[in-house]
Amino acid sequence: MDLTLNTRTEGQHTVLAVAGEVDVYTAPALRDRIADLLDKGQQRLVIDLGGVEFLDSTGLGVLVAGLNRAREVGGSLSLVCPQERVLKLFRITGLDEVFTVHSTVDDALADVQAS
Amino acid sequence: MAGVTAGTEVTVTLRLPANAAHVRTARLIAAAMARRCGISEGLLDEVRLAVGEACARAVRQHERNRCLDPITVEFAESKRFRVAVVDRARPGAGIRAGSGARVGGAEVPPWTDPSGDALGLALLSAVVQDLKVAPEDGGAGTRVSMSWPVG
Repeated sequence: MDLTLNTRTEGQHTVLAVAGEVDVYTAPALRDRIADLLDKGQQRLVIDLGGVEFLDSTGLGVLVAGLNRAREVGGSLSLVCPQERVLKLFRITGLDEVFTVHSTVDDALADVQAS
Repeated sequence: MAGVTAGTEVTVTLRLPANAAHVRTARLIAAAMARRCGISEGLLDEVRLAVGEACARAVRQHERNRCLDPITVEFAESKRFRVAVVDRARPGAGIRAGSGARVGGAEVPPWTDPSGDALGLALLSAVVQDLKVAPEDGGAGTRVSMSWPVG
C-alpha cells in the first residue's frame, strides 16, 4: 500500500502526517486511523497532508467524514496543506469552505491553541 | 474494438479486475500513455486524477452491483488523447440499502457511499472539459469518455 500514516503528539493535539497516495484503495486506512484516534480520546486532530502525492474524491470524503465525526465528539480536525495541486481539489469541490486549511503544522497548532 | 468512435485508433486497451487496488495501476498507465502522446506536463495531474476518478467510480458501481466482470480502459491517440472507462454494471441498480453497502449493520465504507460519487463527479467535470458519460451496451454499463489536447 502506497500510503504512510504517522502520528505524534503536540501538546493537546495529535498531528497525523499522511504521505503517499490517498485513493479509493488506501483511503479506508486513513479513515480507520482517524476513527481510531477519535475513539482513543485524541480529539484534537491536525492532519498534515504535506507528503500527499495524490488525493482523490474518496480521500476527500474520508476527511469530511473525519471532520464530522470529530465535531460530533466535541473535537476538532484541521488540515495542513502546503501544496497548490492538492489545495486545488479542495477549492474545486468547495471543501476549502468546510475545512480550516493551514500551510504549515506550526500555523495549524498556533491557530488551534489560540482558539 | 467495439464502441470506439470511428476514425480513432485504439493504441492500448486495459482490462482490469473491478478492484480498488488496481485503480492506481490505471492511473500509472494513463500517465505513461499521456506522456507518450505528448500531453503537456501541466495536464498530467488532470489526466491522472480524471482517470483515477472514472475508474474508482466504475469499481464502486461493480461492487454495488456485485458485478464480477472487469472494467475496461481504452486509450486512443488521434488529434487528442482520448480515454474511455467502461463499466459493466447496470447504473442505478443495487444502490439502495440492503444491496450489500452495509456490512454487518456497521458503517458504510466510503467507496460505497453515494456521496463519494457526487464528489468524484464534481472533480471529474471540473478537471475534464471534454467529458461524456453515456450508457454502454444498451444500458448494461456506462462509458465515461474524456479527451485532452495533444502537444
